[in-house]
Amino acid sequence: MRSLIDIKELTPAEIDELIATAYDIIANPAKYAEVCHGKKLATLFFEPSTRTRLSFEAAMYELGGNVLSVSSAGSSSASKGESVADTAKVVSCYADIIAMRHPKEGAPLVASMNASIPVINAGDGGHNHPTQTLADLLTIHREKGRLSDLTVGFCGDLKFGRTVHSLITALARYTGIKIVLISPDELKLPSYIKKDVMQKQGIEYVQTEDLMAVLPELDILYMTRVQKERFFNEEDYLRLKDSYILTPDKLKVAKPDLAILHPLPRVNEIAVSIDEDPRACYFKQVLNGKYMRMALIMKLLEVHA
Amino acid sequence: MNIDSIKNGIVIDHITAGRGMKIYQLLNLDALDCSVAIIKNGHSEKMGKKDIIKIDADIELNMDILGYVDPDVTINIIRDGKLVEKRRATLPQKLTGVLFCKNPRCITTTEQELPHIFSLTDPDARVYRCIYCETKADKD
Repeated sequence: MRSLIDIKELTPAEIDELIATAYDIIANPAKYAEVCHGKKLATLFFEPSTRTRLSFEAAMYELGGNVLSVSSAGSSSASKGESVADTAKVVSCYADIIAMRHPKEGAPLVASMNASIPVINAGDGGHNHPTQTLADLLTIHREKGRLSDLTVGFCGDLKFGRTVHSLITALARYTGIKIVLISPDELKLPSYIKKDVMQKQGIEYVQTEDLMAVLPELDILYMTRVQKERFFNEEDYLRLKDSYILTPDKLKVAKPDLAILHPLPRVNEIAVSIDEDPRACYFKQVLNGKYMRMALIMKLLEVHA
Repeated sequence: MNIDSIKNGIVIDHITAGRGMKIYQLLNLDALDCSVAIIKNGHSEKMGKKDIIKIDADIELNMDILGYVDPDVTINIIRDGKLVEKRRATLPQKLTGVLFCKNPRCITTTEQELPHIFSLTDPDARVYRCIYCETKADKD
């Protein structure tokens, strides 16, 4: 029995296998409509996240399974002081698989150590969010036909963005990847990711504050939100905030086949007018997230079409 | 300075000078009934200065703690006044209940009964990270 807590637990071969299943689900949804018949997914969301929960629930329903849901810590036994370990043991008696989001880092790992059913980490604080990375990988694959030989730009808050850290970790295992890190000095990628992930894997990377200077060379642009509260002073925020807002004007210098990704929610870092541009992939990413969650649920439940 | 030789017990030798007290504390040697001697800044041909701990009883040592604090120490087992075994410590892959996670967002901060477990992620730099939140352990 396996869980998924961190994207690193999946080998590139397993990710390829999940992507292949997702393609087949897209092509033949009817074939998968009953594969999880009689199975129950428990969504334990101890912090607000409508979309990820809906994505997991939609994924399970489309596989013919059912969903048991706890939508907030306030409505569960956690509010009475029950430990994550006990919750995992109790829910194991009702469901076949758990998707857990928790504000504390490591909570899904604790659940997986105590549950007798697979646990999927649906986001633990600012730490890991492996199914978002699976959504990102399928999106890149569908747009580019490959996960290797790509120049991938990450723009905005690279310090606190867990989706950025996980995607870099996942992409670093493929060949020919060049990473371009675009952020203000205050929000640079943590040095341990540069050292432990990129340098270790021999990944070529550059760091810059200037999006426009590097935009023409990118195959993928992964945008994130730059939050005012992350800056030490307002002057720096005002100086830099517009540099990281993507507008149709700026996109004129980008490749015609650029793919723009964003883990959402977006605030103002991508102009709404870009939504119509064929290079905007962030809503496709949401849909791809559901397909990858379907593939993952099947893999962990060991069911086949 | 003379310390009586041991009949049955353990000598932890080649401790990096200054780490003897830390090993004493982490191994809870103050809880022992028997004689325990810490020699600080003893002479060493190889190391210049070294610390030594002599324990006048045959106890079970936590090798993980020794390996974590000072992987180069030698553990000499003495029986009937003779050296019967030499053991080397190694850098442990996992440490339980030795280091404590200081990340306020870590699950260990709210669930007090969880064991604090750290795993070795970079043997060259001797980096240990919390298994729950991956926060790096402070170097002493």
